[in-house]
Amino acid sequence: MATLTTIRPPAGETPARSRRRGRRERPGIKGLRRSLRRHWTLYLLMVVPLIWFVVFKYIPMSNAVLAFKSYNVIKGIWGSPWVGWQNFDLFFHNPVFWTLVKNTFVLSLYTVAASFPIAIILALALNEVRTGLFKKTVQLVTYAPYFISTVVVVSMTILVLSPRLGIVNEGLGFFGVPSVDFLGNPDYFRHIYVWSDVWQTTGYSAVIYLAALAGIDPALHEAAKVDGAGRLRRILHVDLPGIMPTAVIILVLAVGNIMAIGFEKAFLLQNPLNLSESEIIATYVYKTGLLNADFSGATAVGLFNSVINLALLLMVNTIAKRVTGNGLWS
Amino acid sequence: MSTRTEMPTLPAAPPKPTKRTERRAARARRIRESRTDRIFLFCVYLLLAVFLVVVLAPLLYIVASSFSSPEAVSAGRVLFWPVDFSLRGYHAVFENPQIVQGYLNSLFYTVVGTIVSVTMTVAIAYPMSRRTLVGRNVVMTAILFTMLFTGGLIPTYLVVQSVGLLDTRWALIVPQAIGVWQVIIARTYFRTAIPEELVEAAELDGCGDLRFLWSVVIPLAKPMIAVVALMYAIMQWNSYFDALIYLKNPDLFPLQLVLRNILILNTTGGGAVDASVVIQRQQLADLLKYSLIVVASVPVLLIYPFVARYFTKGILIGAVKG
Repeated sequence: MATLTTIRPPAGETPARSRRRGRRERPGIKGLRRSLRRHWTLYLLMVVPLIWFVVFKYIPMSNAVLAFKSYNVIKGIWGSPWVGWQNFDLFFHNPVFWTLVKNTFVLSLYTVAASFPIAIILALALNEVRTGLFKKTVQLVTYAPYFISTVVVVSMTILVLSPRLGIVNEGLGFFGVPSVDFLGNPDYFRHIYVWSDVWQTTGYSAVIYLAALAGIDPALHEAAKVDGAGRLRRILHVDLPGIMPTAVIILVLAVGNIMAIGFEKAFLLQNPLNLSESEIIATYVYKTGLLNADFSGATAVGLFNSVINLALLLMVNTIAKRVTGNGLWS
Repeated sequence: MSTRTEMPTLPAAPPKPTKRTERRAARARRIRESRTDRIFLFCVYLLLAVFLVVVLAPLLYIVASSFSSPEAVSAGRVLFWPVDFSLRGYHAVFENPQIVQGYLNSLFYTVVGTIVSVTMTVAIAYPMSRRTLVGRNVVMTAILFTMLFTGGLIPTYLVVQSVGLLDTRWALIVPQAIGVWQVIIARTYFRTAIPEELVEAAELDGCGDLRFLWSVVIPLAKPMIAVVALMYAIMQWNSYFDALIYLKNPDLFPLQLVLRNILILNTTGGGAVDASVVIQRQQLADLLKYSLIVVASVPVLLIYPFVARYFTKGILIGAVKG
């Protein structure tokens, strides 16, 4: 068993690496000037997209100073008076603070915990089946919901679960269970959110693992077969270790996105009845910021969210690198 | 599924020469699957069948309902096959001026947005792929950083406001013109599919960078460009959030926002006259939802089977590090 798990495909140098590579860039100001003269058209090409990145990505980052100011429309972002940590203080002492943090965390952890293994299981199962109509059908069908918009998926969820029309309540009624107002009950919100997400994205996520599985050296499988390993054993000792690097990266990204959990879906699924479970940081930012026009307060909440998110990403990446040797950047 | 890991049985055991037919015996000899493996494989097929049914059932239910009569839908008689086949739902969809306008708007946003996005993506990704360009690593890091950290909703909103895009059609196109993921895909593709020797050969022949890009790189990168374009197009077609925050004028609303208003907020409008009319209208409004879902998803789902293969390739290119 141990021998099987440690076998890895030989990490040979790709031929491209040893290939002669023409005149390479020369670093430093001198190299830059030379490069500019030679490739000025390429630099010109980059100008518009780079301006775009500055305007729509980096200026918003600098606009985040609003979190430390009391926004005044007339004075603008930089002219508004500084207030220090006041906006954060207000948020931390707001009675909804812990509810928001908890809802956001629980919802996204639950999502990761549910969708991560299921995608792997789907990919492993598909990988066992020889190419054929059945395999193609399963792949095509499970992949399809990814292309349906969030609005439509949420609408479908609401329709299917509706107490008046929904097929689910119809089915429950068949067994004599009284109809349930799934979306009106906060207890069900998380399950609805997570499982509709799984329904939508599993097929798509499985594709990445399928590719990783296809990249596993067939010799490993042959060797395992010769050693008498059955299908299950080969999955456990060849396939799983083979997709580990991919899985780790996906997991890191997923955990790193914990605080950035989909605004769209939570917002669409929430209603006044399930708000106690469905209000997450992102929806709160939207409501305080754009609906109540408290720009500074909402920016502070958003900044808190971004920082936690970045910290989580870096932390998980470090842990993953220590434990498995794989990380986002190596 | 059995998680029991039995000791592997001898795989080479010949099939017992009993009542089996010739063909089955021959097949068993050829594949040489042990019984545990066959049971396991059966479980795998079963699992996949369950996946298939679970994903397919809601889709079938929605489609079947959309083709049924309003009464049948309201009475909950529809399962996975249309009951009292009717197209009333679809008539209602296309008679609604909001929906038609939204459809046209979405078409515009998708076409124009995709053209803008693809152009910008190629313009940044191609120079990033050239090894002889000084400073590209700094720029690439700066671009990748925007994936990890963002200013947040309000700071971005303020930028859009201050450049005067608020409540214009461009608000749905410009602020999300470039996707970092797509830039990575394009750059990786350019780097692996266009060999450096080709660049050198072109240079020797006196071909400038732009001309090389236009007449060599882009034709060679057509499959990748198609994938990236499709990703942008689907994103544009499916997005509603930007419209929600940046647009006030209902004439500019994309389909998804109209959908949200009708499907989720239940605002079909119209004053009631008497009870039977109200019931009828309610039933039609219910039916309209199913038909609307189908109408809104059909364009995407129609092209999807043809491009799924390329799409998969696109994801894979993007998943490769470096």
